[in-house]
Amino acid sequence: MPRYFTEEHEWIDVEGDSATVGITDYAQEQLGDIVFVELPDVGAMLDKGGDAAVVESVKAASDVYSPITGEVTEANGALEDEPALVNSSAEEEGWFFRLTVGDRDELEGLMDGKAYKAFVDNL
Amino acid sequence: MRYLPLTDTDRADMLERVGASSIDDLFVDVPELARLDGPIRDLPMHASEMAVERHMSARAKKNLAAGDAPFFLGAGAYRHHVPASVDTVIQRGEFLTAYTPYQPEIAQGTLQMLFEFQTQVARLYGCAVANASLYDGSTACWEAVAMAGRVTRRKRAVLSGALHPHYSQVVKTMAQFTGDTIADAQPSIQTEPDLEGLTSRIDEETACVVVQYPDILGRISDLSKVAEAAHAKGALLVVVNTEPVALGAIKSPGEMGADIVVGEGQAIGVGLQFGGPYLGLFAVRDPKHVRQMPGRLCGETTDAEGKRGFVLTLSTREQHIRREKATSNICTNSGLCALAFSVHLTLLGEQGLRELAAENHRLACHAADRLARVPGVSLLNDAFFNEFTLMLNGKPAREIVRELADRGVLGGVSLGRLYPGVEALEQALLVAVTETTTEEDIETLATEIEALVKEAGQ
Amino acid sequence: MSAPNKSGWKPAMNAAADGMHNGPATTTGNRALMLEEPLIFEIGHAETTGVDLPEIDPTAPNRLAGLSRAEPIGLVGLTEPEAVRHYTRLSRQNYGIDLGFFPLGSCTMKHNPRLNEKLARLPGFADIHPLAPQSTVQGALQVIHELGDWLCKLTGMPSVAMSPKAGAHGELCGILAIRAAHTANGNPREVVLVPESAHGTNPATAAFAGYKVDNIPATPEGRVDVDALKARLGPDVAAVMITNPNTCGLFEKDFRTIADAVHEAGGYVYCDGANFNAIVGRVRPGDLGVDAMHINLHKTFSTPHGGGGPGSGPVVFSEALAPFAPLPFVRKHEDGSYDLVEEEQREVSRGQAFGRMTAFHGQMGMFTRALTYMLSHGADGLKQVAEDAVLNANYILRSLEDILHAPFADSGPCMHEALFGDKDFGGGLSTLDLAKGLIDEGYHPMTVYFPLVVHGAMLVEPTETESKASIDQFITAFRSVTQRALEGDETLKQAPYYAPRRRLDETAAARKPKLAWSEPEE
Repeated sequence: MPRYFTEEHEWIDVEGDSATVGITDYAQEQLGDIVFVELPDVGAMLDKGGDAAVVESVKAASDVYSPITGEVTEANGALEDEPALVNSSAEEEGWFFRLTVGDRDELEGLMDGKAYKAFVDNL
Repeated sequence: MRYLPLTDTDRADMLERVGASSIDDLFVDVPELARLDGPIRDLPMHASEMAVERHMSARAKKNLAAGDAPFFLGAGAYRHHVPASVDTVIQRGEFLTAYTPYQPEIAQGTLQMLFEFQTQVARLYGCAVANASLYDGSTACWEAVAMAGRVTRRKRAVLSGALHPHYSQVVKTMAQFTGDTIADAQPSIQTEPDLEGLTSRIDEETACVVVQYPDILGRISDLSKVAEAAHAKGALLVVVNTEPVALGAIKSPGEMGADIVVGEGQAIGVGLQFGGPYLGLFAVRDPKHVRQMPGRLCGETTDAEGKRGFVLTLSTREQHIRREKATSNICTNSGLCALAFSVHLTLLGEQGLRELAAENHRLACHAADRLARVPGVSLLNDAFFNEFTLMLNGKPAREIVRELADRGVLGGVSLGRLYPGVEALEQALLVAVTETTTEEDIETLATEIEALVKEAGQ
Repeated sequence: MSAPNKSGWKPAMNAAADGMHNGPATTTGNRALMLEEPLIFEIGHAETTGVDLPEIDPTAPNRLAGLSRAEPIGLVGLTEPEAVRHYTRLSRQNYGIDLGFFPLGSCTMKHNPRLNEKLARLPGFADIHPLAPQSTVQGALQVIHELGDWLCKLTGMPSVAMSPKAGAHGELCGILAIRAAHTANGNPREVVLVPESAHGTNPATAAFAGYKVDNIPATPEGRVDVDALKARLGPDVAAVMITNPNTCGLFEKDFRTIADAVHEAGGYVYCDGANFNAIVGRVRPGDLGVDAMHINLHKTFSTPHGGGGPGSGPVVFSEALAPFAPLPFVRKHEDGSYDLVEEEQREVSRGQAFGRMTAFHGQMGMFTRALTYMLSHGADGLKQVAEDAVLNANYILRSLEDILHAPFADSGPCMHEALFGDKDFGGGLSTLDLAKGLIDEGYHPMTVYFPLVVHGAMLVEPTETESKASIDQFITAFRSVTQRALEGDETLKQAPYYAPRRRLDETAAARKPKLAWSEPEE
């Protein structure tokens, strides 16, 4: 299952027509203790690069953008009770939402793991 | 100058330390065209305490204080007796001269007070969570409409015709800029408010319906049906209360199904003050709506040694973090007024609030009966708490109020003042009665109205 | 020699082994004058009251439409002695200006004269109803008018709206008037330009009014980048919002040039007047081309901060915007009488009022205090206020710049506040740690992490009401804590040690919000 990364520090796993999105470990580290995650409604249509979710620490709120265009099929309800999952397991249990993959070409411009690591090292 | 501690020697030493030859050197960045050659003209020079006191007292004396006349005004601001210790507490420098509690380790006094205040307001309103206050009831009313829009993602608000007209004006003013649609109406002169008419205006686009309780004419009615009708269409019920003392006698809005309850807290602890500062109260029944609330919130936590303490929390909703995405541009609360409210309500307690409410209602019933016996005067309300509407024959009530004032009686608020130009409301006079009203005051008002109405009839 | 100490009493001053603890734990949790205080809900009772009222007659008929409140409300009461003690104990856990130096940048924590409090409480001001017949409140209307007149003269602006309830409300008033003016010209326009150093209310306000917000960068010297701003101007720009003096504590020396360019492009200039206290009596914003500016009466004119409000935010307007100011407002007649212009007289003088922002006429209780303060100082005293505030801030800047990173120290004199950053702090220490260290030294910290343009920003505003001795002592303390921060003193990470509470867990508070007290579960 290929995983891609964005310059805005989202990751996306693509499996057939479905994809899972979250924020990277680097991002959670920068944010500090996550206290709240606002997730998109199931059925919401997201645009590539458009607002999808909000992640909040005590003193900051950041928008999370959708890496691709698609319809939300599931949101990670576990984050409502335990936003700390984003800190402890950003790239696994702390996933944000799943959505349909409309246009695979949109994945073209995204980074792979190695490229993202290089990107982060340069920040 | 009594408030400026620097001496001329200090100033000279300090200028030397900063490397300036004169104070003008520190204002070099002011462009030449904006430099002044001395103190601003046409304004007086500094004055002693005594001189200032004389100046201000002369103006205060031109006003007829409520305590110096038979007084019956309400319509969103009520006169109650405030215990002496309330003012003692709010004048303590540690409350009066503190800042917003952004450094919680040295602001636990303000924070604990706010936590107690939030709990008191939530319970009074029958809600789960109240915020740390907003500017006043009218701006809180707008914030409720805006919040309902965020929760429902709809842009239409239905306002009851019996909502305070200034509150409606504020909502309509703000909605012009946000693109919300506001459906408002005027009150109908009826014994009971037209709740069927109100519910018939709720549709699938409606974010909220806004009802005042008791309403602008002093009427009270069960809002459960309005709540059901709103919820059936996916809309929220916003209930506005301008007289919190009433909630010591009548069911809370939360009990009747209100989703957001807002109001004016001035009646408890704050005083009349010619309209401000007042105290905006804001609460939600369902805790899941908390993150959509505007304004500051105080929450409980622990410190590094495990001791209980309080902090401002969920501040990511607010402007200093969200900037253009904040729930509101509000920066402040009405801290000192919230303290006055909380101290007064703590002195009252459950028992005292219920007694205070009962005494208000008892005197209001007495006044309503007495005034309804005046020839040419009739009572509109079947039900009321401490304020009711009289219909006067003959002259517009607005003129009667002015003439009463000339006779030294502050006799109520005419609907003509609140709804200028609406003929159907011209004869109506709102009369508020609180524990501060005496039976003699009521007798004086009855006698004077009788004389004026009779004069008008001749 | 003669006996130097006849009594023989030698206070023991032995510090605890680690230098941080004040002795053994106490049974009560109290530490002498530092007293723990439970919540009212833990000490009060439903049947206790501190007010004597007639008993309820349960047989009395009522006209409550069958809506009597049957269930307990859940309130508790305290008698007067209990209540006074409760709130007195709470108050002692607060820092206040009355207690000590409060150098909170941008917030202007100056002394609150008690004459203001006394006069605001005169029954002729405190005990009058907002809807009282106007013949009975002429003195109150006169005070509003008089204060408005002072504000106009001090700012060099022709018109003022008095009703906004606080600074942010005033800002909203200004931007709504701008939008109304553009709309009257047929096009509200789309964008408001805001410098990146601006306070968060500026973009929040512009967004509320339906505008898109574009940020304008700052120059390395900490001022608005005039070229960038000019390049962004165009027919879509409704207004610029600029704070002057700005949030870096500097006077925007090109303000007039900016204003002229904005006007040229058909836009309006909104000045955030939060820092007016630095120039009051010395500079009139009207001379700089401002179209609208709010004034925080609590900052410049000494009304109390009250632990977070109430504020008051009158807005002065240029001729161009005056007709759009909100209702109601006070009008003076030739015979010396005053009246209140409300909706029914909308057309009287400012026919295009954008509406009403609040139920009544503004913060009267703050007007009486502010006018009292202005009369006390007069035109000469207010000028001195600005000069002393600016002198004190420069004195602090020049006394600390050798030890603390001062990013704009070379940008000319500062105005009423000095800005520092956390560069070169050792051991992973941050601005927050320095702030908490200052608490232990007996100071309220400066404003931290604002403005956003400086890393670990510290904004120090002494105000004019501190003595030189007070400022000197603060500088000594600040230098000492700064030295510890630079050296990476680990103990700062846990500061404060001596406040009523240690650091509070804000993460836990936000993750599982507990926003009201509830009865403990059995």
